[in-house]
Amino acid sequence: MTDILFYIFAAITLISALLMVVSPNAVNGAICMIICFVTTAALFVLLEAYFLAVIQVLVYAGAVMVLFLFIIMLLDVNKDTSDLLKDKMTLGASITGFTLLVILIGSVFAGGQHLPETALLPVIENPTGEGAGIPFTTSAKSFGYSLFTKYMLPFQVTGFLLLAAMIGVIVVSKKHSENS
Amino acid sequence: MELLDASLPYLLPIVYALAMISVFMGLCSYSVLAERKVSSWIQGRVGPNRTRLPLLGHIPILGNFLTRLGIFQPAADGLKFLFKEEIVPGHVNKFYYMLAPVVALAPALTTMVVLPFGRYVDVDGITQPLVLANVDLGMLIILGISSLGVYGIVLAGWASNSKYPFLGGIRASAQMISYELAMGLALLPVFMWAAFPGSDYGMSLFGAVQSQQTLWLFIWQPLSALIFLVALFAETNRLPFDMAESETDLVGGFHTEYGCFKFGLFFVAEYAHVIMGSALFVLLFLGGWNFLPGLADPWGNGLIGTLLSVGWFTAKVFAMIFFFIWMRWTLPRFRYDQVMSLGWKILLPLAVGNLVFNTIIIALYDTFTR
Repeated sequence: MTDILFYIFAAITLISALLMVVSPNAVNGAICMIICFVTTAALFVLLEAYFLAVIQVLVYAGAVMVLFLFIIMLLDVNKDTSDLLKDKMTLGASITGFTLLVILIGSVFAGGQHLPETALLPVIENPTGEGAGIPFTTSAKSFGYSLFTKYMLPFQVTGFLLLAAMIGVIVVSKKHSENS
Repeated sequence: MELLDASLPYLLPIVYALAMISVFMGLCSYSVLAERKVSSWIQGRVGPNRTRLPLLGHIPILGNFLTRLGIFQPAADGLKFLFKEEIVPGHVNKFYYMLAPVVALAPALTTMVVLPFGRYVDVDGITQPLVLANVDLGMLIILGISSLGVYGIVLAGWASNSKYPFLGGIRASAQMISYELAMGLALLPVFMWAAFPGSDYGMSLFGAVQSQQTLWLFIWQPLSALIFLVALFAETNRLPFDMAESETDLVGGFHTEYGCFKFGLFFVAEYAHVIMGSALFVLLFLGGWNFLPGLADPWGNGLIGTLLSVGWFTAKVFAMIFFFIWMRWTLPRFRYDQVMSLGWKILLPLAVGNLVFNTIIIALYDTFTR
């Protein structure tokens, strides 16, 4: 049952992703991308990563894509489809994407090699509970626990990156008035 | 018989789900009636009082009474939507035009999967929620799925290919994004208090209700409740926040080009959102099925207790639906820039401040009570 569901959702994900890339209409592309995100969430559910699945729907399908659609509709981007810059960018993007795909498939299938694992901080014992740390479960609580102990450094670096991006947006979008 | 035994684990959830959908849809149609009746009472009118079913409406005294209450009106409304001529304007994008009402309704109905509506005590003496799927992440699932509901409005506005629906769709998407943030942030303190160390409820709504057995969260988290309530009105697109519809300046907003049953679906979706929002507010801040703040449930743990808990929860939800309707016919609509500045300049900073304040309180509490 799980296998069948996996194949169905994986097929929908791949097909909608492909349609997103080749679709000439921007709104069609955005809708395909939403479908792709939601079916990816379904794949997370099949992996029992429920928290990740919900966050995928909440953040990507529910918030990011609404903004995308908002911009597409406001700017009406269908007008200029064939200028030189965009062709060059399409070419570059396809070459990069294809190279990444080859590297991914190669690293998975060729010689059984694994990606290098970085050494992370060890899980310290749960300071609030009794005894050892929370055992690995699919609940949100153990997710949060490992996020704030073992993966504390990546978490903080990500937070810092987002802060930098936010400040950058404010600086870029700020209008300089002549008076002040 | 063997076949029945084998298929029962698969059949029962389907039966439960169908039962819940039918109850929910019934509630939707009767909240439309409630809206019409309450609005007419507020405006000093009578409201729908003519529709009469052939047999039921002709019982001597009861029939007249039910007719005057408008009990048969939802059936007439539904049939009217069904039998009208299906008109698809020539200038629309047909696929998305047809898709939009479905996309609007489906998320509103999906969220009820994780909505608990009562409690029972199982054979081991453990209190369990009455819910279709008792999952750890109930609240997040509701937030996630209901955030997909905006696509119905946005697609309707875009696919209609005319000015007013387009403006309605754009406004709706901006409004939804703005108020989702404040809504999520207002909920965090609630779950920080409800999921105290040692509890195994996490983000489930059942845990939030169980933590309110003595004191309702509305009383000691009034700021969270207020922010959540305002955001809820904005997310359900109800007045004073119905920017997407705004019939005084946008004709009908996103559903201007829609008629007959496709409009009916949007209509049902709005009331489904209202019911879901009311149920959510009752669960999170008004104690769910707990009797009164400070008082233990007067009913026992048996079957009667279960039924009464469901009944008490439903009564609270009806009171919240009445509150929604009451607000609609009391407050005037905000201007669009007022909606935006309320969301970003008042509610969001308030919600962040509330979160930080509660975090400090919890940290102090943890430090001094251990």
